[in-house]
Amino acid sequence: MDIVNIIRNVANKYQAVFYLITVLFFIFGLRLLTSPRTARRGNVVSAVGMLIAITITLMYHGILTYKLIIIGLAIGSIIGAISAYALDLRAIPQYVAILNGFGGAVSALVGVSAFIQKELPRNVTSLHFYSAISVGTFIGTLTFWGSMMAFAKLQGLITERPVVIPGKNIINLLLLSISAVSGILLVNDPYNIYYLIGILVSASLLAISLTIAVGGADMPVIIALFISYAGLSASAVGFIYLTHGLIMVGSLVGASGLILTRIMAKAMNRDFYGILLGNITPPEMSKLQGGEDIYAGRIKSTTPEEAVMILEASKRVAIVPGYGLAVAQAQGPVRDLMAELEKDGIEVYFAIHPVAGRMPGHMSVLLAEVDVPYDKLKTLEESNELLPDTDVAVVVGANDVVNPTARYAKDSPLYGMPILDVDKCRSVIVIKRSLSPGFSGVPNPLFANDNTVMIFSDAKPALTELVKEYRELRT
Amino acid sequence: MDPLMAALILFVLALIIGFEVVTKVPPILHTPLVVASHAMAAIMVVSAIEAAGTGNTLSARILGFSALLLGTVNVVGGYLIADRMLSMFKGNKKKK
Repeated sequence: MDIVNIIRNVANKYQAVFYLITVLFFIFGLRLLTSPRTARRGNVVSAVGMLIAITITLMYHGILTYKLIIIGLAIGSIIGAISAYALDLRAIPQYVAILNGFGGAVSALVGVSAFIQKELPRNVTSLHFYSAISVGTFIGTLTFWGSMMAFAKLQGLITERPVVIPGKNIINLLLLSISAVSGILLVNDPYNIYYLIGILVSASLLAISLTIAVGGADMPVIIALFISYAGLSASAVGFIYLTHGLIMVGSLVGASGLILTRIMAKAMNRDFYGILLGNITPPEMSKLQGGEDIYAGRIKSTTPEEAVMILEASKRVAIVPGYGLAVAQAQGPVRDLMAELEKDGIEVYFAIHPVAGRMPGHMSVLLAEVDVPYDKLKTLEESNELLPDTDVAVVVGANDVVNPTARYAKDSPLYGMPILDVDKCRSVIVIKRSLSPGFSGVPNPLFANDNTVMIFSDAKPALTELVKEYRELRT
Repeated sequence: MDPLMAALILFVLALIIGFEVVTKVPPILHTPLVVASHAMAAIMVVSAIEAAGTGNTLSARILGFSALLLGTVNVVGGYLIADRMLSMFKGNKKKK
């Protein structure tokens, strides 16, 4: 028993030191995440750090009963483990929305629980304690409802189109003011629970009003922005009890969210600061544009039989996947196409735009799942260096990200967006169901180019056919 | 030093470290990064454990318990799914 007590005493006395070790493990884990070769190890390092923090906390002197804690840890672990293995990786964005919602909920629940307990740590003033609770419950509630809305949109439970509420900026500002005023009143009178309820209700409404205005195409931005919210929630909880470990982890994660949001904003031609202020889908993006006459008489439709001739004569092929590829479940056939071409010594790479998929890096995971080696996955910058020296680009289920108007048409909503310059390849094969425009609603002159041929089909049968024809051609 | 001031300094320093490290994560690993970030943010479970275990009222304990339950799902689910994804990223060594 003595040894147990000694260990407990050490754990309690040096809790902050152990949390610092956790933070160092997280930083080291993130560092290993910078290369695909070490990334898996990095994730394990990070998990070990988490285990240290949880173990140390379990030894906390003040704990009266372990019953609830053990039940909570057990049920939570089982749900987490089952969901992680059962998940279809195409649904990762939905899963992330749920993780994020849970994170927000944890922050809000801990905040409300701290409000009820009113046990101020020794070195914390009342002003500080209740301000942190107000901020923590506000961010937590906002994150929770925002994530639930995003989940509903991603899952198709509510419309993916942006819903514009008239006067939404004024409504949002009003809701934000209600939260702020409730927070100030709460700090002055911590025994009145109605102020806390005021924060909870106005934050919930604000979350709904903000996310309902976001279009389906902007989900990668939302997902990225959410991470910084998750980080802020963790920091806010850290500020309630002045747990330095939580504050640091929160801002580490917050930084990762801000970086991803900036990358996504740039890749989608959005204003980074506008996104932070809640203007995620700009109004001009929500309406469709006409002008499909640019296609008139200039589209060359072809069949897989003819398309393989183009592929056979090439030395270097770029495959440009969009989310349409994943929707059609065509990752398998596209990998087969890569394998067949490589057998003939043709160099194949995947040109991946940052927004190919529904969240940052989504397409890479979907391709890795079907055993495409990661050195074949090229970023936007790498691809644009290779594309002018590429013989054939096969565009599958992508549209806006290969639209050359982004380079020159100043009046286009796409103008300025970084694109994959597939029009610089010698020839382009586009596999697409119809000429319908992408999320931006802008017609794509690439389809009418002289060196472009179209295969009008679903991605999966078209690619399967391509692979089959290519095999036949060779034998 | 004022404890709140010290906490703010830590917040800013960690933000800078975060920027430095995360900028170097390549785009192909952004999805695992997102999931792992959520798992890390769920370190809030330590406060949930304390709330569930030390609560002097039933409502405070139930709130703590709910927070712990959801937070644990994030920790376990987040790390496992990140591991599952990262295990799929293979180099070109075993080319047939």
